[in-house]
Amino acid sequence: MLQIACPHCGPRDENEFSCGGEAHIARPKQPDAISDAEWADYLFMRTNPKGALAERWCHTVGCRRWFNVERDTVTHTILRVYAMGAPRGGGGGA
Amino acid sequence: MKRQRQRLDVGARIDRGQRLAFRFNGKSYEGFSGDTLASALVANGVRLVGRSFKFHRPRGIYSAGMEEPNALVQLGTGAASEPNLRATQVELFDGLEAASVNCWPSVNFDIWSLNDRVSSMLPAGFYYKTFMWPTGLWMRYERAIRAMAGMGRTAREADPDRYDQTNAHCDVLIAGGGPAGLMAALAAGRAGARVILADEQNEFGGRLLSEPEDGETIGGRLAVDWVADARAELAGMAEVRLLPRTTVFGYYDHNFIGLIERVTDHLGGAAPEHLPRQRMWRVRARQVVLATGAIERPLIFAENDRPGIMLAGAARAYLNRYGVQPGEKVLVFTNNDDAYRTALDLNAAGIVVPAVVDLRADPQGSLPARAREAGIEILAGHGVVGTKGRLRVTEARVAPVSDGAVAGPARTISCDAIAMSGGWNPAVHLFSQGQGKLRFEEARGVFLPGNTIQANRSAGACNGAFPLAVCLAEGTEVGALAAADAGFGAPVLALPETKEAEEAPMEVVWQVPSDRPPGKARAFVDFQNDVTTKDVKLAAREGYRSVEHFKRYTTTGMGTDQGKTSNINGVAILASALGEAIPAVGTTTFRPPYTPVSFGAFAGRELHEFYAPIRRTPIHAWHESHGAVFEDVGQWKRPRYYPRAGEGMHAAVRREAIAARSGIGILDASTLGKIDIQGADAAELLNRVYTNAWSKLEVGRCRYGLMLGEDGMVMDDGVTARLAEDHFLMSTTTGNAARVLAWLEEWTQTEWPDMKVHMASATEQWATVSISGPKARNLLAELTGDFDLSPDAFPFMSFREGIVAGVSARVFRISFTGELSFEVNVAARHGLAVWTACMTAGEKYGITPFGTEAMHLLRAEKGFIIVGQDTDGTVTPADLGMDWIVSKKKPDFLGKRSLSRADTLRSGRKRLVGLFTEDPKTVLDEGAQIVAEPRDRPPMKMIGHVTSSYFSPTLDRSIALALIEDGPDRMGQTLHASMPGRTVPVRVTEPVFFDPDGERMRG
Ligand SMILES: [Zn+2]
Repeated sequence: MLQIACPHCGPRDENEFSCGGEAHIARPKQPDAISDAEWADYLFMRTNPKGALAERWCHTVGCRRWFNVERDTVTHTILRVYAMGAPRGGGGGA
Repeated sequence: MKRQRQRLDVGARIDRGQRLAFRFNGKSYEGFSGDTLASALVANGVRLVGRSFKFHRPRGIYSAGMEEPNALVQLGTGAASEPNLRATQVELFDGLEAASVNCWPSVNFDIWSLNDRVSSMLPAGFYYKTFMWPTGLWMRYERAIRAMAGMGRTAREADPDRYDQTNAHCDVLIAGGGPAGLMAALAAGRAGARVILADEQNEFGGRLLSEPEDGETIGGRLAVDWVADARAELAGMAEVRLLPRTTVFGYYDHNFIGLIERVTDHLGGAAPEHLPRQRMWRVRARQVVLATGAIERPLIFAENDRPGIMLAGAARAYLNRYGVQPGEKVLVFTNNDDAYRTALDLNAAGIVVPAVVDLRADPQGSLPARAREAGIEILAGHGVVGTKGRLRVTEARVAPVSDGAVAGPARTISCDAIAMSGGWNPAVHLFSQGQGKLRFEEARGVFLPGNTIQANRSAGACNGAFPLAVCLAEGTEVGALAAADAGFGAPVLALPETKEAEEAPMEVVWQVPSDRPPGKARAFVDFQNDVTTKDVKLAAREGYRSVEHFKRYTTTGMGTDQGKTSNINGVAILASALGEAIPAVGTTTFRPPYTPVSFGAFAGRELHEFYAPIRRTPIHAWHESHGAVFEDVGQWKRPRYYPRAGEGMHAAVRREAIAARSGIGILDASTLGKIDIQGADAAELLNRVYTNAWSKLEVGRCRYGLMLGEDGMVMDDGVTARLAEDHFLMSTTTGNAARVLAWLEEWTQTEWPDMKVHMASATEQWATVSISGPKARNLLAELTGDFDLSPDAFPFMSFREGIVAGVSARVFRISFTGELSFEVNVAARHGLAVWTACMTAGEKYGITPFGTEAMHLLRAEKGFIIVGQDTDGTVTPADLGMDWIVSKKKPDFLGKRSLSRADTLRSGRKRLVGLFTEDPKTVLDEGAQIVAEPRDRPPMKMIGHVTSSYFSPTLDRSIALALIEDGPDRMGQTLHASMPGRTVPVRVTEPVFFDPDGERMRG
C-alpha cells in the first residue's frame, strides 16, 4: 500500500485516495474542431511509461482535493507531489 | 506402547512436568508443554504423517519449521477445523486433535497410492496434456482430480473464531528474532527508536534454541541464556514491542508490512474468551530490518522421500530443542561442515551415527576433525545413491562419487533415519517481495539480497552471513543504521564474544548421482507435489525455458509450502538441463504471504452487519413495522414491497401498482442522491455536465437531465431544481450519488478550477416522501395551506416551498411513475412524522405504500429508463431514443464530441425498444438474449438482450424493455428471446406502454 503525502492533510495510506489516471491530458478547447482521431487520442490513449509517470490523485475519504503525483511505475517511489494546474517540471516521460 | 518412547530423559526446552494429551489420526498420544505437534509425534515414534499429493507416497516429518512440505494436518473438527497446517508449526496443547490431510481411507493404507505404481504415466504436465482437451470436459476432470488429490477439507460451517486487525507505525520493524534480529533490536532500541520485533516462533532465539546444553556461548553466557537476557532488556524498553508467534507474511510498497500474530492458537480450549484467535497487524515502518534466517537445502538423491529422511538441522532441533531422538541409527549425509554439528550432538546423546557420508573428497575442517575424534566414521567422497524401506527408511546404499558420477560399488548401511544437508538457502522471500533484486553467489549456490528500493537492510543468515559472530555483528550494524536513518543517534552496544567453530567451505551439489538405471529410482525435488528430477529434465526437453513456465508446468513450488525446500534445487537442475547458469534462469517471483494466512484474519471483524455500512432512511422503522421486504440498493435498505398476510411478491406489487394508478401510492424516496450546488457559475456547470441547456431554467422550475461520460455513454440521470439564480438542487440515482458528486468535483477542481461554484451532498439531510396517483393533489391539499396546488399555479416540473404537515418542506412536482406526483422533501428528522401524517390523511383515499418493485414496474410502463439497468455503460442517448434531451445548440458539454464519433453514429448499435411476448402471460427473464432466427445452430448471433421485464397489471399483460441491434428499425418484427429450455417469440414495439403523451402526470 502506497503512502501518499496529501498536500493538505499530510502522509496517508493509499486506500484513502483514488487515482484519476495520467495527469496533464488537457481537454481539447474546441472538441468540435478536432478530428475523431485527435479526440480518441485525448479520450483513450495514455503513455503507460515504465518509469516516471505523472498521475492525478484525489484524497477521496479525506479533504477531497485533487492534486498531481509523479510516481515511478517500476518501484512505486513517489517522486513528487504538486498542485493541480502546476507544470510537470523535471523527469522523463510525456 | 511405551509413552513417548523416543523422548530423551533430560535437557531441551520442554516442560516434562506438563503432560499434554492429543490425538493424531484417531490414536491417543502424549507430549509435553513446549512441543510442536511434529516433535510430539517424533517423540511417540510416529514416522508416517502423510501422503504426497500426486503419487500418494508415504511421507514423514522432513523439517522442524515452516518449510515443512510433508507433515500437513487438518487441525480440529467441526466449524473451527483448519486444513493444511504444518505440524512443525502447530504448538501442542492439551486436547489437540489432528489428522493427515492427503490420504484415504487411512495414512497406512491409501487407495490412491495406486498412482505410484503407474507413475511413469503421470509425468510433468500430465494434467495439462491429458485433461485440457476437449476443453469443455476439463471442468468435469478437475472435480475428480481435486477429490483424488485433495488437500484437506474446509469447514462447511461459518468460522466460529474471532480475528482482529490493528494498525501500527514504528521506526524500525525487525523480521526475525534470532541472533541477528535480537542484536538489531537491542541496537535500535537502545538508540531510542520505536521498534517492533516479530518472530514466527513461540520464543525468540531462532537457531540458538536448537543448541545443545553445552553448545555455543555469547558473551560468556549460554546462547539461550543470552537470548533470555536480551529479551528481558527489550521487554523493559518502553518503545519496543515484542511480537512472538507473529509471522511477517507480506512486504508491500512503501514499507507497508503485514504481520499475522497467532494469539491463542497455542492454547486450544484454554484460550480466554476475550482474546481473538489471530490478529493481523498492518505496520508502516520507517525502516525495516530483515533477519529472517536461512532454510536448509535438501540433497537430491535417489529414493530420498522415505519417512525418516529429514534435514540435518531439523534432526538437531528435535534432539536439542525438543529432547526427542529423530531415530535410533541416524546416518548423516552432507556436502558441508554444519551437518557435522548434528552428527556430534546425536553421538553425544547416545544415538548411533553409523557414518557421516560427505560428498566432499577431503573434508578437513575443525568440525569433521571433532567427529573423527568422537569416533564417527566419515565416508568422504561418498554419496547416498539409494534407500530402502516402505513406511520408513531401513537402509541406505552408499557409494563413492566423483565428478557427478558413481565411482565405485555401493555398500549398504542400515539406519532408521537419514539427516541430510545440502547447505543453507538464505530466506530472501521478504526482501524479494519488497521488490529487492537478488544476486547469485556461485561458491555456496545461494541467492542473496542485492539492491533494494525500499528502506530495508538484511542481516545474518538471510544475508548469507551464517557464522554466529557475523550474525551478531551484522545485526548490531543494521540495527544502529536503521535507527540512525529514522533519526535516532548512536546506540551504546558492544559486540559480545563467541567461540563458534569455523566451517570449511562446502561443495555445491545439486543432484547426487545414482547407480540405479534412470527411471527406476526417483529423486524427488518437490515433495508436496511429487516433482522428480526426471520431471524437471522433461520440462527442459519440452522447451520450458522460463522459470515461471517451468514452475507451472511441473508444479514445482506450487504446493502450500510454496517450494521453500524445492525451488532453488528445481531451478538449479533446470539450469543444468538447459546448459545455462543459474542466475540466467533466475528464481520464480516471491509473493506474499510468506506462509499461508487464514482468510478469517484478512476479513477481521468486517463480517455480517459490519461487512459494509448499512444506510437506513429516517422512515425505516415504519417500513419495518409494516412488514416491508427490503432490498439492498447500494448501501441503502429500501422497501421492495409490503406484503399483506398470505400475499406473495407478485400479488403485493400488483396491488401497490394499481393503487398508485387509481388512488394514491406513497414511496420513500429519501435514498435518491441530492447534491446542493451553489455559486455564480452553478448554471454553467450544469450546462457542461448535462446534455441539455440550463441557463434559461426559471427559479422555481425543475428539469430532467442526462449526464454522459466523456465517451458519450449515459452515466446518470435525474431532476434538478433551480432554487435561486445561483442555487440548484441536483438529484441522482440512488446508487450513483457519490460517483456523481465526485465527477462534479473532479471537473471543477482539475479542468475548470476558475469556475465559481461549490457543491455538497445533501442526501442525508432530507427525507423524501413521494405521493403519486390521481388523488395525490387532494391529499396534499389537506396537509398544506401554504401554496396553491392548482395545475396552473403549481405546474408539472416546478417546485414550491412552504409548510406541509406542520414542517417546512420543498415540494417538487415531478413524476417517475407517470402519475400526478409530488415529492415532499423535509428535514430528515421530520421524515417519519410527515410520512405518518400522509398515511393518516390518505386513509380515506386508500393510500398504499409501494416499494421499489412497483416503482420499477410503474416507470417501465412509462418507458422511463433506470441507469444501470437499461443502460450498461455502452449506451448513448440516441441508443435510448433520447436525442430530444441532447442540445444541438450548446457548443460543448461532457461527452458531446463522442456522440459524433464514427462508432457512436454507426448503424447496428443496440437501441432501446419495447417487447411484447406473443403469450401475454409470459414474463421474460431480465438478461434474456434475443435472436432473430431461433433455428440457427449455436453459436448463433445474439442481437440484443432484455433489460427490464414485468407483468403490467395496468395493461394486463407482460411488458419488457430491451436493447436490440437497430431496434427502432424492427418495429413490429417477431424476434425470439432465449429462456431456460425454450425460446419465446416476441414482437418489437415502442418502449412507452402507457399514457404516451404524459397527460396523467401533467394533469
Ligand atoms: Zn487531504
